[in-house]
Amino acid sequence: MAVCARGLRAVRGGKSVLDGIDLEVSPGQVVGLLGPSGSGKTTLLRAIVGVQANVSGEVQALGLPAGSSALRRRIGYATQAASIYLDLTVMQNLRHFAALAGLRGTAARKAAHEAVDAVGLGAQAGQRAGTLSGGERSRTSLAATLVGDPELLVLDEPTVGLDPVLRRDLWNLFHRLARQGRTLLVSSHVMDEATRCDRLVLLRQGAILADTTPPELLAQTGAPDAEAAFLALIDAAGGVR
Amino acid sequence: MSLTLATARRVLAQLSYDRRTVALILLLPCLIVGLVAWMFHGTPVLDQFGPVLVGFFPLFVMFLVTSVAMQRERSSGTLERLMTTSLRKGDLVAGYALAFGGFAVVQALVVVGFALLVGMDVAGSLGLVILVALLDALLGCTLGLAASAVARTEFQAVQMMPLVIIPQLITCGVLMPRDQMPQVLEWLSRVMPLTYAVEALQHLAAGATWRDVQGAIGVIALWIVGGAVLAGLTLRRRTQ
Repeated sequence: MAVCARGLRAVRGGKSVLDGIDLEVSPGQVVGLLGPSGSGKTTLLRAIVGVQANVSGEVQALGLPAGSSALRRRIGYATQAASIYLDLTVMQNLRHFAALAGLRGTAARKAAHEAVDAVGLGAQAGQRAGTLSGGERSRTSLAATLVGDPELLVLDEPTVGLDPVLRRDLWNLFHRLARQGRTLLVSSHVMDEATRCDRLVLLRQGAILADTTPPELLAQTGAPDAEAAFLALIDAAGGVR
Repeated sequence: MSLTLATARRVLAQLSYDRRTVALILLLPCLIVGLVAWMFHGTPVLDQFGPVLVGFFPLFVMFLVTSVAMQRERSSGTLERLMTTSLRKGDLVAGYALAFGGFAVVQALVVVGFALLVGMDVAGSLGLVILVALLDALLGCTLGLAASAVARTEFQAVQMMPLVIIPQLITCGVLMPRDQMPQVLEWLSRVMPLTYAVEALQHLAAGATWRDVQGAIGVIALWIVGGAVLAGLTLRRRTQ
């Protein structure tokens, strides 16, 4: 299993954010983690990466307890906000994160160039990150995750604020990585993106509302699109939106 | 070790884009030393205060710069990302200390050179004066990294400087001889590292040798280690 969680709970500021999550993800899948803001997506991703405090229950990534030091070179995590050095160039950022992933010299240079091309920022490689647009910054942050070629990629809203062409390109990239055996956990609050995943996990109020595939979701709810399907599921669960 | 070097290289690259900060760090101490030299021209005051400034500036400036830099790492999310990589906490602290320590050597050379130029007399070893200035810079660096953990915002990070540095300046023995201080302040003076830096520098200016200042230098070195450990302890892989 690439990811395995059992009875995962998390508490933040005295409030329960994750309320007993059970989740298994097999390698080579692109799993979309969807849900409204505040549903616990980021906390779940952070628990899997092993950086969330106050979690209970069981979480494993790549067969090891989440947060194990042996996992740090095998998991790539891109936070929701672009966590890059704005005073350095795109290439300097990538070279730095390549070095932290254990790459040296020409291998580091090659990985940085591949990552910058993968997110379509080749033309901006020499530009300082602080002068980039919001979307370009978030792609630089994504590239910093790709540069170490991790087995498990945990991406928190990587496509937010991007235009449709870029979004399509990135989803194609995610599937290409999955075909190479990588596992991707991708969160989004844009329901349209659901249809691009192999598998959908819908999260609401810290619990899994549905764990399904895009065709199943539509068939099950009879809804015309993912957003309507999600709303139908919430209504069926009898909750507040 | 290689991750320490990668961190140091990254910090220096960031600094290299901020030319104005670099210029301020190098030239500001010279300006102050120059003002003192000008004001007390023809008196021995510079001989007394010159060493204090040479010891104080690296501590003061490096504390300020590193506490703000680390606060920026925390608020920008880069620290969170670093903590998901195989970078060890010690690598991060040592990387910062290495980068700013290297920079501090240049600062120490510039400020000591300038102080000599405007008339400060140093009877002892110049190499030891620069060593003390460098140790002060490393101390400022590790204390700054530790202090940034207490600060939630950049405003608070800046305020850590007067909190940590100014009491040391007041009790270091320059404003009042230590044996005339109230008992508690005298104890404080005997614990704080700046006291030992100023003492060593004043002795060196008066012609002291390594043997005379090795105890004081040892105390500063212990404080650097303590600051580095404290800075490492404040870094958390798991956060709320």
